[in-house]
Amino acid sequence: MTETPILEVKNLKKHFSARSQMFEEKSTVKAVDGVSFSVLPQESFAVVGESGCGKTTLGKLVLGLEKATEGQVLFEGKDVAAMSRAELKAMRARMQVIFQDPYSSLNPRMTVEQIITEPWDIHGLHRDGAARTARLNKLLDDCGIAKSFLTRHPHEFSGGQRQRVGIARALALEPKLVVADEPVSALDVSIQAQILNLLKDLQKEHRLAYLFISHDFSVVRHLCTRIAVMYLGRVVEAADSETLFNDPQHPYTEALLSAVPVPDPSIEQRRKRILLTGDVPSPLKPPPGCRFHPRCRYVKDACRTQDPALAEARAGHFAACPVLPFKDKRSDAALVAL
Amino acid sequence: MEPVLSVRGLRTHFVTRERTVKAVDGISYDLFPGKTLAIVGESGSGKSVHALSILGLLPMPPAKIVAGEILYRGKDLLKMPPADLRAIRGNRIAMIFQEPMTSLNPVLRVGEQIAEAIILHQKKSKAQAWAKAVDLLKKVGIPHPEERVHDYPHQFSGGMRQRAMIAIALSCEPDVLIADEPTTALDVTIQAQILELMKDLQREYKMAIILITHNIGVVAEMADDVVVMYAGRPVEQAACGALFKNPQHPYTKGLLASVPSIYVRKERLEAIPGQPPDLGAGLPAGCPFVSRCSCAMERCQNDDPPQFLLKGGRMSNCWKAEEACENRTHRFESAHEAAK
Repeated sequence: MTETPILEVKNLKKHFSARSQMFEEKSTVKAVDGVSFSVLPQESFAVVGESGCGKTTLGKLVLGLEKATEGQVLFEGKDVAAMSRAELKAMRARMQVIFQDPYSSLNPRMTVEQIITEPWDIHGLHRDGAARTARLNKLLDDCGIAKSFLTRHPHEFSGGQRQRVGIARALALEPKLVVADEPVSALDVSIQAQILNLLKDLQKEHRLAYLFISHDFSVVRHLCTRIAVMYLGRVVEAADSETLFNDPQHPYTEALLSAVPVPDPSIEQRRKRILLTGDVPSPLKPPPGCRFHPRCRYVKDACRTQDPALAEARAGHFAACPVLPFKDKRSDAALVAL
Repeated sequence: MEPVLSVRGLRTHFVTRERTVKAVDGISYDLFPGKTLAIVGESGSGKSVHALSILGLLPMPPAKIVAGEILYRGKDLLKMPPADLRAIRGNRIAMIFQEPMTSLNPVLRVGEQIAEAIILHQKKSKAQAWAKAVDLLKKVGIPHPEERVHDYPHQFSGGMRQRAMIAIALSCEPDVLIADEPTTALDVTIQAQILELMKDLQREYKMAIILITHNIGVVAEMADDVVVMYAGRPVEQAACGALFKNPQHPYTKGLLASVPSIYVRKERLEAIPGQPPDLGAGLPAGCPFVSRCSCAMERCQNDDPPQFLLKGGRMSNCWKAEEACENRTHRFESAHEAAK
C-alpha cells in the first residue's frame, strides 16, 4: 500500500542567468537541475549536500519563494504554481519553515509573543482571548520556552532560545509539513542536541513531516528516515537512512560519509578515508558526462560523456551511477562500524 | 622531552568601565614538539581569546592579561619587548584563522602575502621569497602554483584560501602552529583534505599544533591531548583516547553524549540542559557548571572545585574527582606560584 505523499517534487529545475564579467556573454547557473522526490506524511526527509549543491534553492522552490524554471511542486496533490492567492495562503498555513540563522529570522522589534502569534493574526485564527492564551501556553510548553520570555525581544536571548521561538512560530498554525533549512548549524553542540531532541518530540506530538535541508550527515542520521544526497543541482543518491549509511551506492556519498569526522578516536584510527581531490566544480560550467567524474575514484571512460540518470539499484534505493553497483562489499567507511 | 610552549595560569580579562569579563580565567598546559593539543569548547568558552593572548593580538585595552606566563622555549612571551615578540610571531609561532576570506588581504596577490612573511623574517630578496611562495603553494596542494601565485584571494575557493593561509603560516617553518577553527567554514570533503594536509605537514616539520575547535569529530581525528574549556577555564585535560573512553568531568561527558555520530543512531541525544553562563554578568559562587550538571552535589553550589590531578597525568575540575585524585592540589597556577 502506498500513502499519498504530502509533498511531491517532479523534475524540478531552477536556472539563474549570470554574467561573471561585465561584458561577457550570459551564462546559466543550473542551481537545481531536474530533481524529483516525494515526502510522505509524518516522515522526515533530508536533502544533504555541500555548499553550492542547490539544496537551499530547492527549499525555496518548495516553499514557493522562488519560481521554478521547469517542473512541478505538488503539495497534497495540488500544483503550487497553479494555485490562486487564496489557495496559496491556505497552503502556507500547512507548510511552514524554520530558518538557519535565528539571529536574522526574527524581527528584532517584535516581542516573542508578537512573533509567535503573528501567524494567527494573518490567518484570522484564535482571536478569542482565553482560547488564544491557552494555545499560546501549550505552544510555549511544547517548545520549552518560559512564559516570562513573552514580553521580551529576540536580542535578549541566546541562539538556542531564539531557535525555539522560531520553531514555535512555525508550529503556531499546526502545519503538516515543516521545511527546516539547516536549523541547528548555527548552534553550539550542547544546544544543538537540545533542539534536535525538540524537533523529534514535536514531530511525534504534532504528526509533522519534515523536509530537512542540511550539510551535516550526523545530524541527518539522527533525525531523518529517508535521505537524498545532492551534488551540483542533482540528486545523486536517495535511500532510507539506514541503507544509505551502511551501503552507499554512489561514489560521492561514499566519499562524503568517509570524510565526516567521527567523535570516537578508536574508530578514527581504524577507518579509511576517501579523500576527494579538488573542489566542487563551478555550477556555471558543470563537467560533461557525469558531474562527479573529475573527482571520482571509480571513473570509467563512459562517465566522461554519458550523464547518468537516477536509477533504482534495489527497492527504494536510487543512485545515479552507471558503474553501479560499484561494489558488492560494504564500503570501507561502513566496515569499521560493524 | 622539553615542551616547546608552556602556558601557566593564563588569565585574560576584558576590563571596561561597566564590568570585567573574565574571558580566560586560568589555563595551563604544555605543548610538545610534533604533538597536537586540541582546545575544545563552545562559543564563549575562551578558546580563541586564549590563542590571541599567546600571540599578543588582542586589543589592549580593553583586554588585559592579569596573570600567567606563556613560555616559548623557556622565555616568557608576555614579558618580552614588542620587537622580540614580533620576531617570534608569524615566524616561530604562526596562526591560521577560521575565516580564510576575511583573514587574507583582498587587494594583495596571494604570492605577495606569502612572500611578506619570508622577506620580513628570513631576510630574503623579493625574488627568492616569490620563488619560495610558489614552492609553498605547491606543497599545500594548489594546482599550477606558478600561475595561481599571481591570483587574488577572491579567485580562490574556500578550501584553496585555507591552503594559502596554511602556506603563509608555514612560510618560516614554525615550531608552533595555532589553528583556530581551521575547517569550520569548509565543506566536509574539503575539511578532510585540509586536516590531512595539516597532519602531513606536521610530520614533515615536527611542528606542534594547537587546534582550537568546537567539533568533537575533528578532535577525535587530530588530537594527541585535549583541554576541554567551559566558561573561560579548563574543566578537563587528558590524552585524547583516555578522554573519549573515560571522560571524568560531567561537562565532558555531556558534550560527548550530545554529539550525533554517523555510526550510531541514538533515539535521543543526551543534551546538556540549560545555557552556558553569561560571563559578562560574572560567575556565581561555586562550580560554573553547577546549574547544568546532572550530578551536582551540595558543595558544588558554593565551593568552586580546584583542579584535581588524576592517574595518567589527567586533570579534572570536579569535586567528583576528589576521591580518585592522586595529588589534590590546586589550580595549576597556584602550584606554580608555590614552586617559585
